[in-house]
Amino acid sequence: MSDIREVIIIGSGPSGYAAAIYTARAGLKPLVFEGALTAGGALMNTTEVENYPGFTDGIMGPDLMLAMRAQAERFGAEIITDDIVTAGLAGEVKTVVDAEGNTYSGLSVILAMGSGYRKLGLPAEEVFSGRGVSWCATCDGFFFRDKDIAVVGGGDSALEEATFLTRFAKSVTLVHRRDELRGSKIMVDRAKADPKIRFAWNSVVTDLVGDQTLSGLVLTDTVSGATSKLPVQGLFVAIGHDPRSEIVRGQVETDAAGYVTVDAPSTRTNLSGVFAAGDLVDHTYRQAITAAGTGCAAALDAERYLAALSDAASSLTTVTANA
Amino acid sequence: MSHVDAVTDATFSDLVLKSSKPVVIDYWADWCAPCKQLNPIIDELARDHGDKVTFLKMDTNTSTAVPTQQGVLSLPTIQVFVGGEVVKSFVGAKPKSVLLKAIEEYL
Repeated sequence: MSDIREVIIIGSGPSGYAAAIYTARAGLKPLVFEGALTAGGALMNTTEVENYPGFTDGIMGPDLMLAMRAQAERFGAEIITDDIVTAGLAGEVKTVVDAEGNTYSGLSVILAMGSGYRKLGLPAEEVFSGRGVSWCATCDGFFFRDKDIAVVGGGDSALEEATFLTRFAKSVTLVHRRDELRGSKIMVDRAKADPKIRFAWNSVVTDLVGDQTLSGLVLTDTVSGATSKLPVQGLFVAIGHDPRSEIVRGQVETDAAGYVTVDAPSTRTNLSGVFAAGDLVDHTYRQAITAAGTGCAAALDAERYLAALSDAASSLTTVTANA
Repeated sequence: MSHVDAVTDATFSDLVLKSSKPVVIDYWADWCAPCKQLNPIIDELARDHGDKVTFLKMDTNTSTAVPTQQGVLSLPTIQVFVGGEVVKSFVGAKPKSVLLKAIEEYL
């Protein structure tokens, strides 16, 4: 590959697509690796998004992402539906390799890999994965019609899943390790008012039981230490996310939890020409709108970096272009 | 566009259980976003290897008996049948390389 791109964006979702829209509009022809299976990011597995500004009546998460993607393409972003498996980001010319083994080079890279579902970390989790344990209520809720199910977690995603699952389930028990919910007031009120939703406070899931498919959970009380059994046929895990920074760890600085650290309020990482945005960086806000905001900032930072690079290059006699 | 035929509750026995070739069956539904991501991957595998392995898709929205009988509780689920028996099964969308490896021995 002799072609050196101006901008390579790794990841999609609101941050990756917003970065693509801005860099494409700036005429930088971004190359976007949106992910083979994670294209569109976390919002692809959600339903109604009610708080993204500009949509009076809300918008479906997948529709919002497809619209952002189309908007980026309209301005000339080149989108590849594949994952990046390795990246060399230290030099002036950065290289990335996709899952098919193709190598691409770029002068700047925007990291927007987002985060992935956190698992409970129980040995039985793998056994029952797809046999009652799920991370996607919108995908699998349908199979639990008239069943008793549980959702573990206490944030907005857990509350949204619990509320969504009441469409199918006989009952939904929200298992939360504290005695109050972390979610937004509107979501908490909605869940508390729902006659199908019950709460298991101060409880953590310590084991899963069942023959072939899930039949119950062992809950441990975080205060008394007592254990109890909750008979359910389905368990939806919504205990948060971990940053998907594996491919850049050791090159780009991260914090102890794996979030990429940036020189805030800019999106600059410790490597020149490498910027990071969205849930890969942000463990505080984690909203579609904040991810889109930092994606935009990363695009503008990359644009300035490229302009400075080009000013420096024009004062030299030769410019090399090989990879 | 798609090279992949549909299989239903009614045709499952003939197309899958009685097939002389190995069969890969992709259980999906229109509300499942990861299923949509998997769709083109199954299409590609069918285009490249459809002569040796039969690829089929089942809409779990319209066919419910087979998914229930097969214990499908998550989408997408992929099963590989040889001689009417399930030999491999995957839950969740998988990259092309993983699926290719799973059917390698039949190619």
